[in-house]
Amino acid sequence: MTTLLTLVVLALVAIAIWQMTKIFELSQLKAENSQIANDSDNKTNGYLLFAFLIFIYGITIFSFWNYGKYLLPEAASEHGSDYDSLMLVSMVIIFIVQTLTQALLHYFGYKYRGVKGRKALFFADNDRLEFIWTIIPVIVLAGLILWGLYTWTNIMDVNDEDDPIVVELYAQQFNWTARYAGDDNVLGKANVRMIDINKANVLGLDESDTYAADDIIVKELHLPVGRKVNFKMRSQDVLHSAYMPHFRAQMNCVPGMITEFSFTPIYTTEEMRQNPDVAAKVKRTNEIRAERAAKGEDNSDPWEFDYVLLCNKICGKSHYNMQMKIIVETQEEYDAWIAEQKTFGQNVMGQADAGSANDFGKLETATASH
Amino acid sequence: MSVTANAQVDDHAHDDHEHHHKQTFVTKYIFSQDHKMISKQYLILGVFVMGAIGIAMSLLFRMQLAWPGESFSVFEAFLGKWAPEGVMDADVYLALVTIHGTLMVFFVLTQGLSGTFSNLLIPLQIGARDMASGFMNMLSFWMFFVSCIIMLASLFLEAGPAAAGWTIYPPLSALPMAQPGSGMGMTLWLVAMAIFIASSLIGSLNYVVTVINLRTKGMSMTRLPLTIWAFFVTAIIGIVSFPVLLSAALLLIMDRSFGTSFFLSDIFIQGEVLHYQGGSPVLYEHLFWFLGHPEVYIVILPAMGIVSEVMAVNARKPIFGYRAMIASILAIAFLSTIVWGHHMFISGMNPFLGSVFTFTTLLIAIPSAVKAFNWITTLWKGNLQLNPAMLFSIGMVSTFITGGLTGIILGDSTLDINVHDTYFVIAHFHLVMGISALYGMFAGIYHWFPIMFEGKMMNKNLGYVHFWITAVGSYGIFFPMHFVGMAGVPRRYYENTAFPMFDELTDIQVLMTVFAIITASAQLIFVFNFVRSIFYGKVGPKNPWRATSLEWTAPQKHIHGNWPGAIPEVHRWAYDYSKVDENGEYIIPGQDFIPQTVPLQEDEEELQH
Repeated sequence: MTTLLTLVVLALVAIAIWQMTKIFELSQLKAENSQIANDSDNKTNGYLLFAFLIFIYGITIFSFWNYGKYLLPEAASEHGSDYDSLMLVSMVIIFIVQTLTQALLHYFGYKYRGVKGRKALFFADNDRLEFIWTIIPVIVLAGLILWGLYTWTNIMDVNDEDDPIVVELYAQQFNWTARYAGDDNVLGKANVRMIDINKANVLGLDESDTYAADDIIVKELHLPVGRKVNFKMRSQDVLHSAYMPHFRAQMNCVPGMITEFSFTPIYTTEEMRQNPDVAAKVKRTNEIRAERAAKGEDNSDPWEFDYVLLCNKICGKSHYNMQMKIIVETQEEYDAWIAEQKTFGQNVMGQADAGSANDFGKLETATASH
Repeated sequence: MSVTANAQVDDHAHDDHEHHHKQTFVTKYIFSQDHKMISKQYLILGVFVMGAIGIAMSLLFRMQLAWPGESFSVFEAFLGKWAPEGVMDADVYLALVTIHGTLMVFFVLTQGLSGTFSNLLIPLQIGARDMASGFMNMLSFWMFFVSCIIMLASLFLEAGPAAAGWTIYPPLSALPMAQPGSGMGMTLWLVAMAIFIASSLIGSLNYVVTVINLRTKGMSMTRLPLTIWAFFVTAIIGIVSFPVLLSAALLLIMDRSFGTSFFLSDIFIQGEVLHYQGGSPVLYEHLFWFLGHPEVYIVILPAMGIVSEVMAVNARKPIFGYRAMIASILAIAFLSTIVWGHHMFISGMNPFLGSVFTFTTLLIAIPSAVKAFNWITTLWKGNLQLNPAMLFSIGMVSTFITGGLTGIILGDSTLDINVHDTYFVIAHFHLVMGISALYGMFAGIYHWFPIMFEGKMMNKNLGYVHFWITAVGSYGIFFPMHFVGMAGVPRRYYENTAFPMFDELTDIQVLMTVFAIITASAQLIFVFNFVRSIFYGKVGPKNPWRATSLEWTAPQKHIHGNWPGAIPEVHRWAYDYSKVDENGEYIIPGQDFIPQTVPLQEDEEELQH
């Protein structure tokens, strides 16, 4: 079907080209048979340049009108709103400059289209003009740079203030694993050389490190709303990138080193599902999926919004499907969930007292949070 | 100094001219040392052959993106076992994007573009008999040829060609067990690129030496056409940065074949720990982008030079702000070598470094803005001859602005966080360096076709059709692509069906693919026009665009040594278009341009800008 469609499109294009060449050639019959533009070429193409300006504006408006709603919804992290406002201001500046410069460029192309015998202006230099269009970008860019750097420094400052929870994101071809630091909130030491598949020590934790005992290894990322998270990223094989677009967060995972990113989620998954933009998106998507279901195609189950972690650095064959679900929930829900998870100690080291250490730690955290 | 040098060259070239009349087919067309022939060789191999393959690959993977998992007979025809029952395999998808990027960036837009126009125009526009070393020039082309053959041969390997993305970041590119393309395919990729770099360096050294030493009498640096300035500076950037890529490639070869750990550490893959310890992939990223970023200017500067020249000729006006244009080329060249880190904001390098690179990156917007405004002002109050070359030049300014502006977002470390490696980046660089450089190249081919093919001209009507379909199509492909990126779709995804949040973006993918097919088909018009004009093109006037520069003073019929008699002497800059005296009359009555060979007239002021 699509092959047919493509062929039809190609055929139509071919016909269009053939017709256009004919029109051009017919319009040239009277003129001298030269391959240098004459007045009538200048006129035709001058008008076309003007039409092209309208086309550029048209495709801009068309894209915003039709595709504007596809953009990511409101940021779900604390720093995300700073990101979004910097993006908005940059975009506004870009569109003002784009609109003006494209107008000048194409309008001049149309206005000054060649006419035989007309004199062009010998205008080789003007210091004042050049000074103006050097200094304006300097000022605008200085503003953007300063604002950008201020925001950047804030975002990238991964520190221990405000009692963050520490989570390791562990990447491998082609899936993600998360490791919570547990009640001591310190991640146990780890290295790929200590991976022991037989004992299910898949992240290579150091079994002799006491900090490792209470670490919790899971395949689904749960985060309490309003609590800062310090992520430590690791990869065991090739480069990956932990991309969490709804939180305006991304950091590469590099074998041989630990990279960091930090953010505070501000909306629970449930709250985000209520966001009108997200609700509308889910509705549109489910209409597409319902259509697919009607046709008996795959990938047609109804979708419910969830935050997601994607891999965003080419990592091999299944790069396109390397993901992990992120659930942001209330502190109570999070506490209940984490209590259900087994610690590394319980799973691998078989420590009898690991459980009690866990309970003790929980008590301590609970006191600290009051 | 330069006068004596010129005199020597003059004599020597005369000797050449006398003794080398009898040329065999092999010395004339194959192992030619004549810059005009080498330029055509680069054009055919670099642009037409490699370009066609690169663009065809993009159509294949664009079809996969628009109609994921569909079966196409064209996939089966071209991909064979990698498209069982016509459905594209995920590994070959990555191979296609990798080789598409490699071919377009290096083979088409670096050697194809610079090789064609630097070779053609440097001797002709500075008034030299040939390149400083004809032999090195020939060597450069044939190394490029070998490099092309090796790169193309890798497509036919059992396990497929390199597939780690055109940036070939290790460890993916270093470990054969990480993906099939990282075996023999990557080895051939590295070998091909090593030879390519040698070819590029030999070529660049030749360009630099020629521009510095072989300018004709009177051709001071500030009388050079902007094309030459652009090629000259491009060659310098190449000499500064390509060796660093070579070192990266060599270290990667060592890691791959000799067990060193420059870029690798702590790796557990397919059930076993590898011995590598202490290296860092981030080091590779630094080395790669130390070339990789200047590389995009190596691609765009020649296009900028061509556009400046073509625009001035066809506007019948001097280029506005000649000295500012040179200064901005130099500023861009300098800044281009200290901005590479903006590809690595989220690579794990120290965020403070990110701040520094944000600063230098956004600085580069300033000379770029100056160039754009100067081009626009060049059009103002001109008498625009809208030849196909001129339309492509205007089109280049348009896409350069559209693509360049989004650089403000990507160059800002903060904003880069969420659009890094998404389709937003793809849209940005395809407009600002891909399409813009191609437009510059098309402008150059339409404009200098008569110089290449002994006075024959390309058909202008086919040129107009080619331009307008390409212009509309390019925006049709790459403008909507920004929205796909802002919706969070990562690049290099074989299909986007694994994420329901991307379901509704499929209609944009279809739109982009349809535009891509139309635009690529329109290039066939260009190929047809080009080939037809070589054989059946009508010979036009000697100086069809009425240009001032020296190449148009050479006889249409190619001769070894370019000018039959003495080399022309230069008395003025290359932009005396529509210059008038106090009475408002043209300096040469009835002619709106003054060739560089015409001495200053009485009472005429040399307006040296």
